[in-house]
Amino acid sequence: MVITRKIEFSASHICRNPQLSDEENRSLFGSAANPHGHGHNYVVEVSLEGDPDPVTGMVLDLKELKEILTREIVDPYDHRFLNYEVPPFDREVPTTENIARDIWRRLESRLTDHRKKLHSIRVYETPDLYVDYCGERACSA
Amino acid sequence: MFRVTRRYQFAASHRLHSDQLGEKENQQLYGKCNNPFGHGHNYVVEVSARGPADAVSGRAIDIDRLDGLVRRQVLEPFDHRNLNAEVAAFAKVVPTSENLGYEICRRLKRNWKEVFPGQWPKLEKVRIGETPRNIFEVCADEIE
Repeated sequence: MVITRKIEFSASHICRNPQLSDEENRSLFGSAANPHGHGHNYVVEVSLEGDPDPVTGMVLDLKELKEILTREIVDPYDHRFLNYEVPPFDREVPTTENIARDIWRRLESRLTDHRKKLHSIRVYETPDLYVDYCGERACSA
Repeated sequence: MFRVTRRYQFAASHRLHSDQLGEKENQQLYGKCNNPFGHGHNYVVEVSARGPADAVSGRAIDIDRLDGLVRRQVLEPFDHRNLNAEVAAFAKVVPTSENLGYEICRRLKRNWKEVFPGQWPKLEKVRIGETPRNIFEVCADEIE
């Protein structure tokens, strides 16, 4: 069984690779390379796969999941400038793909035990563009 | 490995009517969708591609290129059109959302390599929302 909890945060970023020139960055990232930055209301869907606990009937208490997601993701990401304030984006371009992978890395060990594991991370940069990440494996169709 | 999904919309009219059935059978089968004057929908099309993140850009797909491909192959020929009368693929094929999904997926797959010549990204699937309640999904592997 897969259960999903949705969280939101708002953050600013610049899509810029420091190894490229200003012109190359503009050509690669377009308006997202604006050196002053810009922002999004990100929506993240965190999905866990597991069996319900025979006593509680729950894969994970959603209240506990909410606390973990707030502490691990919303608190560090919300109302921040990702490139300057949220590692690893001092070294990695904060594309939606890299944000999804970073969220996966922050959560994987905290949400995995003998009964459940992290299934997928979906990050909406806008309602019209989103990325799914399922770890090293490909997401099932 | 990432899956990137981009959402597009177009508005079009259609009529569900099969040449292989009589008038009465068509009316029974398709109901109000068989109205001879046609009717329309705000179609939502989600296009998903799969691939690793590029080491330089940190992205799995160039969205501007995908937007260009979808604009040329889907939005320009379909938006504000009558699918039966103006899209050749539906001259003889009923424009159900199943067949629309196949047609959109076929168009994207056929022209994919021109826009994305490398090994990645690959077209994974197309999802059509005819209305917010009726969704149709086709995997690129299902069609030629």
